[in-house]
Amino acid sequence: MYKYDTYDQAMVDARVAEFRDQVHRRLDGSLPEDKFRPLRLMNGLYLQLHAYMLRVAVPYGTLSSAQMRVLGDIADKYDRGYGHFTTRQNIQYNWIKLEDAPDILADLAKVEMHAIQTSGNCIRNISSDQYAGAAADELVDPRPYAELLRQWSSFHPEFSYLPRKFKIAVIASATDRAAMRLHDIGIEIVKNDKGEIGAAFYVGGGMGRTPMIAPCINAFVPLDQLVTYSEACLRVYNRYGRRDNKYKARIKILVHELGKKEYTRQVEAEFAHLLTQGIEPPLAELERIKAQFADPAFESGLTDSVDRSDPDFALWVDRNTAAHRVPGYAIVTISLKPVGGIPGDASADQIRLMADLAKEYAFDELRVTHAQNIVLAHVKKADLHALWTRLDEAGLSTANLDTIGDIIACPGLDYCSLANARSIPVAQKISERFAGREGELGEIKLKISGCINACGHHHAGHIGILGVDRKGVENYQLLLGGSEGADTSLGQITGPGFDEDGIVGAIETATGVYLANKEGEERFLDTYRRIGMAPFKEAIYG
Amino acid sequence: MVEAQIRFRDDEPVGDPAVTADSFGDQTNASAVRIEPGDDARALLPHLDRIRLVEVNFPGFGDGRGYSAARILREAGYAGELRAVGDVAVDQLNALRRCGFDAFAPEVPMNPADAERAFATWPDVYQPTTDGRAPIWKLRHG
Amino acid sequence: MNILTGNDLKTGAVTWWDGSGWSLHVDDAADAGAEADTILAREEAARHVVSAYAVDGEKTAEGVRPAHIKERIRALGPTVRLDLSLKPADPAAGNWVI
Repeated sequence: MYKYDTYDQAMVDARVAEFRDQVHRRLDGSLPEDKFRPLRLMNGLYLQLHAYMLRVAVPYGTLSSAQMRVLGDIADKYDRGYGHFTTRQNIQYNWIKLEDAPDILADLAKVEMHAIQTSGNCIRNISSDQYAGAAADELVDPRPYAELLRQWSSFHPEFSYLPRKFKIAVIASATDRAAMRLHDIGIEIVKNDKGEIGAAFYVGGGMGRTPMIAPCINAFVPLDQLVTYSEACLRVYNRYGRRDNKYKARIKILVHELGKKEYTRQVEAEFAHLLTQGIEPPLAELERIKAQFADPAFESGLTDSVDRSDPDFALWVDRNTAAHRVPGYAIVTISLKPVGGIPGDASADQIRLMADLAKEYAFDELRVTHAQNIVLAHVKKADLHALWTRLDEAGLSTANLDTIGDIIACPGLDYCSLANARSIPVAQKISERFAGREGELGEIKLKISGCINACGHHHAGHIGILGVDRKGVENYQLLLGGSEGADTSLGQITGPGFDEDGIVGAIETATGVYLANKEGEERFLDTYRRIGMAPFKEAIYG
Repeated sequence: MVEAQIRFRDDEPVGDPAVTADSFGDQTNASAVRIEPGDDARALLPHLDRIRLVEVNFPGFGDGRGYSAARILREAGYAGELRAVGDVAVDQLNALRRCGFDAFAPEVPMNPADAERAFATWPDVYQPTTDGRAPIWKLRHG
Repeated sequence: MNILTGNDLKTGAVTWWDGSGWSLHVDDAADAGAEADTILAREEAARHVVSAYAVDGEKTAEGVRPAHIKERIRALGPTVRLDLSLKPADPAAGNWVI
């Protein structure tokens, strides 16, 4: 994985010093809150419902064991012994003191980490495929391109005060595991007819209160124009994105209002101009980065057979491992969704254990997934049982990946100052209600947001839940039919909302409709798409 | 015209009043122009030869359109004074300077020591702009 | 009653205006009445508190109860982690929140 050189390290160290100075000026009164707030947000520091919250960047979701270990240590030293992995592959801590924040950033900088641009109206931490470099179905490893763009977007002098936040995802596989088309810019690394590698740009996607699927504005940008094309996309947005209404300020609204054709025309004109400005790093820089994502020392001649005599282990292998491109290896997903647990939370001890296990079994590397789980990307199949045993002892062996218990949930009103309703208790109830029925119900992606900002991706859930405030009482709306894969679609609201118990019952009813109508190997989503909303609506409200 | 608190130029400051961007084209004797966030900096490009001062107004520091306006002017070869005015504070100085501003006229005066430190924040930079600093990738690859 | 809540500038802890200063305990909350805006402006300027605002509340026999669920959760802590609340030893301490 990517290692900082002295330049990268100096930049992160400079940021720590800058933020230390800003915090000092806030505390001594020379920097008022209205000026400080955007600055602390650009360092991932929010003021939430109960305390400051610090969101630490995990670029494209990849971490080393040493970095993961420090994340555990920070949870103990500065927080309350746990952290929360987020839907953008980051980790956040809920109980941070402002006066400690510079020291935390300094601790992070020692292991080449930071909280740069994890919030604020700037280019956010870039996300990617959690199976990058391991997936059997990928064209290339997408992470070098994400790293190239990470450096381009870090402290960008022109794009630090955009109309609104800006999220980029980079993938390189036809199976989209990163919700690419629901980003401000989704980049898919592709091969053209001549066999050359380039980037398809999808611009103007997003969730939030106006969900939109990004259209492709350029099917092939050559690799030696990637930064320049990105800069053109951003400059048009920075100049013409709406600033009169924060709810219409995302780039999706600009692309929608201008139309894809006109936005593309403006980008292409800006691109033609920027090509004359010499802002593109040479391909040698991309090659330098790529070399750092070279394969680990995979062994050859390994067996693909796994001893399945322990049924619990066999179930976990079936549910939580995926095909690796190298024979004898598997991709392991550690579920952070124990039955009745808080989705995405892990204790400091669990975080450190996962760091140790990555060192022992997975070439020292971990990934955070947008579904709030942890991946060990390269595990020898022969080691799976030993790994599973260690996970099981720590409560980390839940075999529920991509099932109804593998719920994405935002922190909701238990933690978030923007939320209208709690998300976590709903997730807990659903996970308890359906525990043991994962096999029967098959793949179901259930996603819960506690407000219309949609951090819990409810629009993109096969089953989505949106928490709203109805006259001071929590109320939950049900959506069906969303997807964030290569077949991206937006869920539709079934009808009037429910209270907390009612929503769990409605989901039970919906799964009943699925089971009664399922044909062959259809997933919940497939059945919904075939039979439509009406039978579900009738069963739920009829 | 707003007096600059910080100025990185040796020439005499322009004393002429800055006219609005939309009227500048018709006022053929004007040499100073003021850009508001919604103005298109490219509309000034035909007149660059007679512009000696561009004031870019930041009514609120969170409106970043002025950064693009500045770069567009510099990328087109504008070499006159580019002055950031309005809600400009030390924490924006570095990025403004990198985008081509060489004069700063904040509505609330800045602490000079803080400002000096702000300009020196970054040992190096990831992105090239027209300010002449070599980006890190250039330092890596020559 | 008109009660004031905010976060301690340095620690971020949720606090309540008690008439002379800021308390961690909602039961200490005082009625700011018509003085709310004056107190909020003064206290924020003095950097005693950040992001402070006024909400409706009611003084009951059990204590002060904010009208809206959001501030009730602020007063208690996350409902899903009662071990982190101000009274972790008392599982019934948050019965009034939801």
